[in-house]
Amino acid sequence: MKSSLQKNLYGYIICIIVGIFIPLVYPSFVVQFAFAWLFIVMALTWDLQGGQMGYNSFGNIVFFGIGMYTCVVLQIIPFFSLAEWSEGGGEKTFTHTNAQYFRGLLLGILASGFAASLIAAVLGSLILRMRGHYFAICTLALGVAVGEMVSGIEILGGGSGISVPVWPEAAGSIDNRNLLFYYLALGLFALCFLILQLLLRTTFGGTLNAIRDDEDKAEAMGIAVVKYKILGWVISAFFLGFAGAITGNMVGFIDPIDVAFAGATYGVWMILMVIMGGKGTLWGPVIGALIFHVFQELFWTYLLGWQRVALGALIVIIVVFFPKGILGYFQTRSQVKNLSRST
Amino acid sequence: MQDLLIFFSNPPLIVQAILNGLVIGGLFSLVAYGLALVWGVMNIINVAQGEFVILGAYVTFYFAKTGYSPLWSIPLSMAVLYLIGWLVYRTIIFRIIDRDLFTSLLATFGISILLQQLMNLAFGADVQIVDAHLPTLFIMDHAVAIPVIRLISFILAFVIAAVMVLFLKRSRLGQAIRATAQNERAAKILGVNTQRVYASTFAINAAICGGAGALVAMTFSIHPYIGLPYTVRSFMIVIFAGIGNFSGVILSAFALGSLEEIADFVLGAEFRLAFIFSLLVIVLVWRNWRLGKKREYLK
Repeated sequence: MKSSLQKNLYGYIICIIVGIFIPLVYPSFVVQFAFAWLFIVMALTWDLQGGQMGYNSFGNIVFFGIGMYTCVVLQIIPFFSLAEWSEGGGEKTFTHTNAQYFRGLLLGILASGFAASLIAAVLGSLILRMRGHYFAICTLALGVAVGEMVSGIEILGGGSGISVPVWPEAAGSIDNRNLLFYYLALGLFALCFLILQLLLRTTFGGTLNAIRDDEDKAEAMGIAVVKYKILGWVISAFFLGFAGAITGNMVGFIDPIDVAFAGATYGVWMILMVIMGGKGTLWGPVIGALIFHVFQELFWTYLLGWQRVALGALIVIIVVFFPKGILGYFQTRSQVKNLSRST
Repeated sequence: MQDLLIFFSNPPLIVQAILNGLVIGGLFSLVAYGLALVWGVMNIINVAQGEFVILGAYVTFYFAKTGYSPLWSIPLSMAVLYLIGWLVYRTIIFRIIDRDLFTSLLATFGISILLQQLMNLAFGADVQIVDAHLPTLFIMDHAVAIPVIRLISFILAFVIAAVMVLFLKRSRLGQAIRATAQNERAAKILGVNTQRVYASTFAINAAICGGAGALVAMTFSIHPYIGLPYTVRSFMIVIFAGIGNFSGVILSAFALGSLEEIADFVLGAEFRLAFIFSLLVIVLVWRNWRLGKKREYLK
């Protein structure tokens, strides 16, 4: 057990070191690298729920979007009127000064995770009493419902979306901005991976696994299952909210349906990444997210116009032919090997 | 709140909403019936249901361009969708039929995204309507408008549903489908080719959706991304009524249709989709809460 802990620790440290130096080696890909870390965070948070707890949610995108909107609103309201900002072209009349921008950003990003967690606690106490496919369909509807509701709220820009404050000129070129968000994304990954792995090694992780394997038995053993399920969802929403805040600032413009509550893109992708890498495994989400990111970039570069068709086909192919994922495949193979060796 | 008062102090508005709701409900109940069929027989929740509807609608759209009355394209839509359903079963669904429900949910969700994008490429993202060139009736001093096509859609939805029910009750294939739904192993032993039964069930469901789609094209507008609301509505109706409860399906479809029209008026059209999707969440939470009192949950 100790050696596996050490191995994982080495893997983690290598990831961080590579993460720190890679933008210096390939400076033109900083945005792509940042998205890679954000994708890994999305996959990790989904895996906590879908893989470790066995609750397959199609609606975790809600927390991503809430994080995004919380961040942008808090970046604006301390300095300007939100209603005037979100009017057509309103964002052009206001510019943040250097100090305002960074103060707003800090406030927004810090608050985004907590706002998402709060919503997760409220929603979770309602819908986490459902199980299996009812839970899955309910979260699918929830994701679309929240997106549609937000696009009806005038003060948040309605269906046409809202702009994120522009990077102030005093803070240097746009490369600086990309670098800042890259390191924020890397930091988020470092924090998320470490905390999730430490949590999964405690009884909390064991409880989540017990709920996944047999919820009725877990309840009969005296575990307050609903409480743990909500807690699991809250933790996964916490990091997803931060990821949403960073993504919103990197994209620069928040469209309620296509960016913030994008169930058909980010929402499915996070599930797909986990299934690609292997559900409920330690490194599966990380590997899955990286491979998926490469696929996605290739599709967008070489299959322009057909990229979304290709992604739909990819979902079907992975789910139908590789349901165990890459790590799951190797795990089964090594188990078979061990079995044949022992007999 | 004021809108609600205006609505209920105005009888023509109420009549209009209920009439529209009945028509919409008739169409929804068709789609919901197909969903319940596949769910009951194959234990698969088909998320691509709405995309089948829209595909059927596009068949009608292109048929109407030839100049014939679009009403004739209903059998054509059903036939084309039957073939598509068969194809989807033979390529994808038969591989996941024994797997857990999440796999089939995710796979059909993938199919739904795939079909959406293919339709977007093939037919363009524009909103399309099919004009059946039929008049509009007015009742209650011209305060309530009833397009004749809606009446015809309503009747045809029931004709299609009745044919399907009769087919399942009377024909050999229908009997085989019901036998497989009751006990797959026993049906196999008694010589039923269950793989064929599953393929037919899925294809029949697609055909029902195609028929509904043809009616949707004539009554409402269509575009490639409007499929998911139909899936959600049909799922909601089935949840509300229970699988296999035919009259319940029709009743809850009417209720949903009318409710949607009222919400449309009271909340505004931009909240229509938000209303449908939140209603599903509320219905699920409510039903689960009721069961929770008996220490049970939705299964």
